[in-house]
Amino acid sequence: MTLEQIQGARHALELRNIEKKFKKGRKGFANALNSVSLTLGRGEVVGILGPNGSGKSTLIRVVSTLTLPDAGVVEVFGIDAVKRPKEVQRYMNRVSVEASFFKKLSSMENLIFGAKLYGVSDRESKPRIREILEGIGFDYQRVGEPMEHLSRGMQQKIALARALLTSPMLMLLDEPTTGLDPRSKKDVQTLIQRIRADHESSILLCTHDMAEAEELCDRIGILLSGKLIAIDTAEGLKRQFGTGDHVPTLEQVFMLATGTSLEDAEFAGDDDSSVEDEVRAA
Amino acid sequence: MCPPEGSARTGKEVNHARIERAAHQTGWMRELIAIWGYAQRNYYLTKRYFMWEVVWLVYSTMNALTIGFIGVGLGGSPENTARTTTFLLIGTMVWSYLSMIFDLLSETVSWERWEGTIEYTFMSPASRTTQLVGMGIYAIVYGMARVIVMLVAISFFFDLSLASANYLGAAGILAICSISLVGFGMVAAVMPLLSPEKGQQVTSIVTAVLLLISGIYYSVDVLPGWMQPLASISPVYYALNGIRNTLLEGASFDSQWNNIWPLLIMGLIFPPLGLWLFQRGEHFAKRTGRLKRAG
Repeated sequence: MTLEQIQGARHALELRNIEKKFKKGRKGFANALNSVSLTLGRGEVVGILGPNGSGKSTLIRVVSTLTLPDAGVVEVFGIDAVKRPKEVQRYMNRVSVEASFFKKLSSMENLIFGAKLYGVSDRESKPRIREILEGIGFDYQRVGEPMEHLSRGMQQKIALARALLTSPMLMLLDEPTTGLDPRSKKDVQTLIQRIRADHESSILLCTHDMAEAEELCDRIGILLSGKLIAIDTAEGLKRQFGTGDHVPTLEQVFMLATGTSLEDAEFAGDDDSSVEDEVRAA
Repeated sequence: MCPPEGSARTGKEVNHARIERAAHQTGWMRELIAIWGYAQRNYYLTKRYFMWEVVWLVYSTMNALTIGFIGVGLGGSPENTARTTTFLLIGTMVWSYLSMIFDLLSETVSWERWEGTIEYTFMSPASRTTQLVGMGIYAIVYGMARVIVMLVAISFFFDLSLASANYLGAAGILAICSISLVGFGMVAAVMPLLSPEKGQQVTSIVTAVLLLISGIYYSVDVLPGWMQPLASISPVYYALNGIRNTLLEGASFDSQWNNIWPLLIMGLIFPPLGLWLFQRGEHFAKRTGRLKRAG
C-alpha cells in the first residue's frame, strides 16, 4: 500500500455488520459484538464508550487482526483486514490497557525489537527513538533501565512511542489511561492529542472515561452488550438525548441511551474478557 | 513525536517518508530484519537473565559430571571405563543441546504469554515463519555456545575414548538433526495456542518421552520390546547413533547413511509441518479468542 493509496482511501477504517460470539460454558454463547458498523475518517479520532464487558476490547482486537469476526467486513484504508491481514498490519499499531513489554528489557531494547517487527532497521530506528523519547519528556539517561523500573504512566507513554516508531496511519488505543494516576493520565491524554495534531494518524479510542472521550474524540460511539447504540459528536449526542432547553452531560447521555449508569452497567456487564478467559481456561 | 526545536521535519513528514519506504521495502528484507529482531531480543533476554543462565549452566554441567562419574564408577579396564564414560557423556551433551533447541522452540508462544506481549507480536506484520526461524537460529547458536562451555569444563575430569573420533562427521550429523529438532519444536509450539492453560505441559511430556525412548544414556535394546519401535520416530535416536559411531568408532559420515536419511526426511517434513500446524493453530486461536488478552 502506498501513501497515495492511503490518502486516496475513503475511510481509515470501515466496519460493516461485525458479529462475534464466544463460547460460554458448555453449550452457551455470549454475543461480544452484535452487528457493529462504523467508519473512521482519515485523521479522525473516534471514541468508543462503554462499560467493562461491552465489547470494546473485542472490537479493537477484530480491527487489529487478533480476533476473527464471525461475520461482517473490516476494511482498513479500503483493504479487507480479514482476508489480507499482512497488508494492513504494517500501517496500524495498538496500545492497550497493559503496556505489553518485556519487563526485564530496557525501553531501548523493547523499542528496537518492536521496530524490527515492522521492518524498521536499527539505522532508521535508533535516531528516531532518541527523538521520540525526548519528545515525550523521557529522561534519555534511563533508556537502558529495565521497563519494570519505570512508572506505569511512563510505560504507557513508551508504548505510544513504540507505536509512533512504526509510523502508523491507524492507531488503536484500548483504554490507554485506565489505572493511571491523574497526572500520568493527563500526560498520556496530552500525548495522544499531540500525536493526532502532528502525525495525521486516525485513532480509534476505547475508553470508559466520559471526560476523556469528550476531550479527545471528534465522534463518540456508545457500545453496550456488543451493540453500537449511538454514534455522533459529543454535542450531537447531547442534542439527540436532550429534552427542551436541557443540555445533558455526556454521562447523562450514556444513562439515557443505555437505561443505566456507567457504574451499574459495569456491574451488570457481560464482560467479554471473562468470556475469553473462560474459553482460555477450557 | 513532535519535532524538537529547529528540526526540519514534522511528525507527519517523517510518517509519510516511512510509509513510502515501507511500500518499497521488499517482503524478504522486512522478514530478514524481523528474524534478526527475534534473535536479538532473545540475546537481550539471555543477557538480562544472565545469573539464571549461569545457574542453569552450572547445574547442567554438574549433571553431566555426575553421569560421567557413573561411567567411571562402573569400573572395568581403563579402556572400557573410558568408552562407557564417553558413551554416557555423548548422550548427555547431545541431549543438552537438542533438548535446548526443542524447549526454546516449543516455548515460543508461552514466552510471549508470560511476558504479556503475545498480542503485540501476533498483530505485527512479521510472519509466524519469521518468528519461528528467528527463535530457531537463536536456539542453535545459544545451544552450541552452552555445550562448548560444558565440554571444556568436562574435559578436565575424564579420560575419554576419542582417539579415532571423526569430529566433522559428528558435527554434520548434529547439524542435520538440529533442523529436524527445530521442526519438531515448531510442531510442539502449537500446543499452547490450542490450549493456553495445558499446552505447555504437553510439550514437557513430549520432552520426557523423547528422553526415555531415544537411547540417551543406554542402548534402546534395553527398552521393553513394545517400546523399542518408538525410538524410530525420534530424531534424537538417529543423531545419537550417528554421533556415537563417528566419535567412538571413527566412522565416516557416509557410512552413517542409515542414520542420516531418516534425519533428512524428518528435516524435510517437520519444519513445513510445524509451520503449517502453527498457522492453523493461530487461526484457531484468533477464531476462538484463545490468544492471551494482555498486550
